[in-house]
Amino acid sequence: MTEVMAHRPSEGLSLARLPGWVHFALIMVAGVLLSLVWEGATRWPEAWVIPAEPWLTGYIEWLKNDATIFGVEFKEITRGIGAALKAPVKWAEYLLYRGFKGIGLGPLPWVAVAAGVIIFAHWVGDWKLVALCVFSMIYLAVFNVWKDSMKTMTIVIVAVPMAALLGVVLGIWVTRSRIAERIFTPMFDLMQAIPHMAYLAPVAALFAFGPVTALIATVIFAMPPMARCTILGLQTVSSDVLEAGQMSGCTKRQALWKVALPSSKRTLMLGLNQVVMQTLAMVVIASIAGATGLGHKLLYSLQQLRLGVAIEQGIAITLIAIVLDRLTQAYAYKETDHFAAEKSWVQRHKHMLTFLVILVVSYIAAEFYRWVNIPPSKFTYMVDGEKVTLFDAKQLARTIDAALREFNTWAYPYINPIRDWTTINVLIPTRDFFLWLPWPVFVGVIALAALRLGGLGVMLLCIALAMSFIVTGFWEQAMKTTYVVLIAATISVLIGVPLGVLAANPVLLMPPILMLIGIIEIYQIVAWLLVPLTVPDIVIFSTTIDIAVFATIAVLAVLFLALSPRLREVIFIVFAIKQIVDVIFWILSLLITLISSIGGGDVSGFSAALMSGLPSAAWIVTALLLLRGVGDGLFQGSPLVNLAQFFQSVTRVILSTCDTLQTFPSFIYLIPAIMLFKIGDFANIFAIIPYAMVPAIRYTYLGLKRIPPVTVEAAIANGTTPMQRLWKVELPVALPEIMLGLNQTILFALAMTAITALIGSTDLGQEVVRSISTQNFGRGILAGLFIAALGIIADRLIGSWAAERKRQLGVA
Amino acid sequence: MQAEAQIKCRNLWKVFGANPKQFLKKHHGNPSAEALNEEGYIGAVQDVSFDVNQGEILIIMGLSGSGKSTLIRCITRLNDPTAGEMEYEGRDLLKLSDRELIDIRRHKMGMVFQNFGLLPHRDVLENVAFPLEVQGVPKADRVERAKQMIELVGLGGRESYFPRELSGGQQQRVGIARSLAVEPDIWFLDEPFSALDPLIRAEMQDEFIRLQTMLKKTIVFITHDFEEATKLADRIGIMKDGRMVQMDTPEQIVLNPADDYVAEFAKNAPHERIVSVRAIMGPVAADAVGSVESTAKIGSCAEQVLTGEHPVAVVDPATHEVVGSIDRHRIATSIFGRRAA
Repeated sequence: MTEVMAHRPSEGLSLARLPGWVHFALIMVAGVLLSLVWEGATRWPEAWVIPAEPWLTGYIEWLKNDATIFGVEFKEITRGIGAALKAPVKWAEYLLYRGFKGIGLGPLPWVAVAAGVIIFAHWVGDWKLVALCVFSMIYLAVFNVWKDSMKTMTIVIVAVPMAALLGVVLGIWVTRSRIAERIFTPMFDLMQAIPHMAYLAPVAALFAFGPVTALIATVIFAMPPMARCTILGLQTVSSDVLEAGQMSGCTKRQALWKVALPSSKRTLMLGLNQVVMQTLAMVVIASIAGATGLGHKLLYSLQQLRLGVAIEQGIAITLIAIVLDRLTQAYAYKETDHFAAEKSWVQRHKHMLTFLVILVVSYIAAEFYRWVNIPPSKFTYMVDGEKVTLFDAKQLARTIDAALREFNTWAYPYINPIRDWTTINVLIPTRDFFLWLPWPVFVGVIALAALRLGGLGVMLLCIALAMSFIVTGFWEQAMKTTYVVLIAATISVLIGVPLGVLAANPVLLMPPILMLIGIIEIYQIVAWLLVPLTVPDIVIFSTTIDIAVFATIAVLAVLFLALSPRLREVIFIVFAIKQIVDVIFWILSLLITLISSIGGGDVSGFSAALMSGLPSAAWIVTALLLLRGVGDGLFQGSPLVNLAQFFQSVTRVILSTCDTLQTFPSFIYLIPAIMLFKIGDFANIFAIIPYAMVPAIRYTYLGLKRIPPVTVEAAIANGTTPMQRLWKVELPVALPEIMLGLNQTILFALAMTAITALIGSTDLGQEVVRSISTQNFGRGILAGLFIAALGIIADRLIGSWAAERKRQLGVA
Repeated sequence: MQAEAQIKCRNLWKVFGANPKQFLKKHHGNPSAEALNEEGYIGAVQDVSFDVNQGEILIIMGLSGSGKSTLIRCITRLNDPTAGEMEYEGRDLLKLSDRELIDIRRHKMGMVFQNFGLLPHRDVLENVAFPLEVQGVPKADRVERAKQMIELVGLGGRESYFPRELSGGQQQRVGIARSLAVEPDIWFLDEPFSALDPLIRAEMQDEFIRLQTMLKKTIVFITHDFEEATKLADRIGIMKDGRMVQMDTPEQIVLNPADDYVAEFAKNAPHERIVSVRAIMGPVAADAVGSVESTAKIGSCAEQVLTGEHPVAVVDPATHEVVGSIDRHRIATSIFGRRAA
């Protein structure tokens, strides 16, 4: 981390004051020399360790058992809060899955819930949203996860209103009161840097395990975005609107409730959307502190390595996340109906009425048909008096398990060497380097960088933060976290920044695409020739086609840059058609092997089929985009592919993929990691990357898009090629923004280390997770704070650099 | 116009900066431009005194940054002045309690904003009814009143449109309707037409004149457009760097500009529409043929005078006495003469 923070940022800045590296070198040499003569520089002396951990644990014990506030025992207060919060959770439980036993009323029948969601989707959105909801509801029902989904939703529906309300109130307060602003603004900043998991430790310490703890931690975690959005919304209402309100004679209260808040509705709704997403992410994680539901089940499946079920549950969580995200967004952007007044009462309330009718009918029907109440776990039908299984989620899970096992056996010789080689030659040496590093070097380099970038204040803050985990004896864990985050962030940036550049500048895509096509085709042919697979005939057929197409493409690819635009388009078409055919064949072959094995048959052909098509699968997106491009080209009267359309689609796909990735609860990323690489740092880093990559892409894209058009136009007028423009104009101007992306990437990666701890690690994240099961809360809280400390160090260093650079560029 | 003053402002100051009150005190309430500059203060409004008379259209004119918007915000107390006195119908505006101030805004004042200030979440009807709603007027009454106002500004039929669905001119009509909904005694307009296209602006000015002939409100109107000011004003106050340079009728400003700054504005003003016959007439002439009223603008009688061989007699409309005469030469000099200069 030191290198990223210290060197990268200073490259642009410090050319003028060149001997900077000498200072760094001096600090490093001095630190190493010191460690040679004084062992305490390598390991903080045992005797000097500040016993913060027992203090904190003792303090919590004292709070829990002996503390009194104004004569009221503290434990009475927590018990009271716990009891007060239990009531809404209970009611939500009754409503969603327990049923009202007292009055003999069952829980909401699943048919009614599903219908409610779909009707809501129809009310706020278009047919695509409805289709998504229909699909998701059916999925939740047939994949045997309905009840667990409802358990998860129990906490969501209680936590969202609480977090939203609390956020709005705090937000309003911050805009009203200087003191509140001083207290809460830095607090919200800090809360953003602390990983989800760390919220659980203190709450679990004060409240017993169970849904209430999950609820409290969730509310606390999900509240800051709402508060931030409220503050932003209130501060950005135009002064004309506020003054108009005042001149209309609004009292202060009217000015807030009738003018300022409604005018910032969009921003507030954005906040609500974030609250919902954060709530879901937190509830899933809260499973380790006693929340039941999907997260709990998924964690259990992962720990048992029952990947088939884990995938089913993971998809369920993902679908819930996407549905909640899209529904709240659609609701936020819903247009008000102008002509509502002209319609009859029934017309205006048709959605509500439909739902009520379905609700009543389904309650009545549930008395007679069990499947209305609880979705059936498998679907069977009778043929000649014999039961035939049409669909059974458990059976499918077992089939997927078998297929994955088969796949792993098959892929072992390919994947494991890569994993092991990387672990031995890259990961372990890096880890050992960080563990060997004398702490004075670490602190000194950070301090010097902070001094040069942000001045004395930043330096003192960074030193204090870095020393905090050294003097309390967490050095080793902190360094392990640092090394994992450093590697994951580096890879994320290496993938994310080019993707961001492409999203902003899709024209640059052409040469690399052609190159990649070549590589993929070569891979396919080599694989086909060298690895004797027992593949279905259909795959051989598609591969044969590959060879023919490859010959054409390979020749054209070489000539590509010299070709006329027309010919380039022809190549794209050929490629598009080939890819589409490929993907169709691949899906067919997968389906054939899966279906033939569902009746308990063997799955031996599966992995071969999977692998043969995998490269093509990676290009499904490309193929679809190209199809779209070709289609648009045809529709617009040009027989050839419409490249502009194609490039726009690339942008959209990259950005919407980012959005979707961000809506997934971070838990989900563990599944593929564990599937492919079992456990270990390699798997952890693999799980972190897709999560941490998103900000790198987004910030790069935004940074490039925000360059003033006149700057780019001037560069064009000066006769630059697109590549020159990128390297000499766009990237340098966008660099501060890209560095802020790196900053976010590091924060995301840090947060994710606490999640990967669930599948095994030995860093700070692990301390947080373990503290919850071992009840050693002091240790957990400290570890959580130290993760935040690392994050804040990164944030201050990169932030100071970016702010200074922006100032120099005049784009602040 | 001998109407009594509805609003009196005396020695108003609005200074922006770290500690403006103390700063003013230090300089005995009258800091120099150098002092402001040196200590990093901005004197948005500096020692401004004037009256707004009952039923007149007073236009405050100045370039951007001259302090005119701050001045109107001081009078409406959207920004409290740093020093000075303000009276509204004899009541000290600066000593009002919050409650009293809200009361005055609810019943006496109406304001129109440059960027309309419409509430984006309410449709036209709800926007116009808003000031009545916050007063607690029953729904049926306020809807009826709002509908009248919408009709008045010519937006009938668009009650259920939202601001974003309207053009700029239409949005400002909504702003005007809203400000009139409470039947204010005094009407503030802060560059109401500046955000509009020139054609729409002219149309809205005519609309404004039409409304004023019906309503006869006391009006304080801010603009940076001198032509707009001369078209609409009874009196014009010209501001420069926070100070009121001159406040007078358009005619006086054109004929007797207080300094070069005002003269620069007046130079290109359409004299024929501003200057009245009385201001340029000569002595009573024996050979006069026909007559014009002394208060007529010279543009309105130019054709009559320029096409005739003889001077035209000037008659006082009140007494019907001949008070002077006007000939081709005077008219020509007045309209075209200054351009040659």
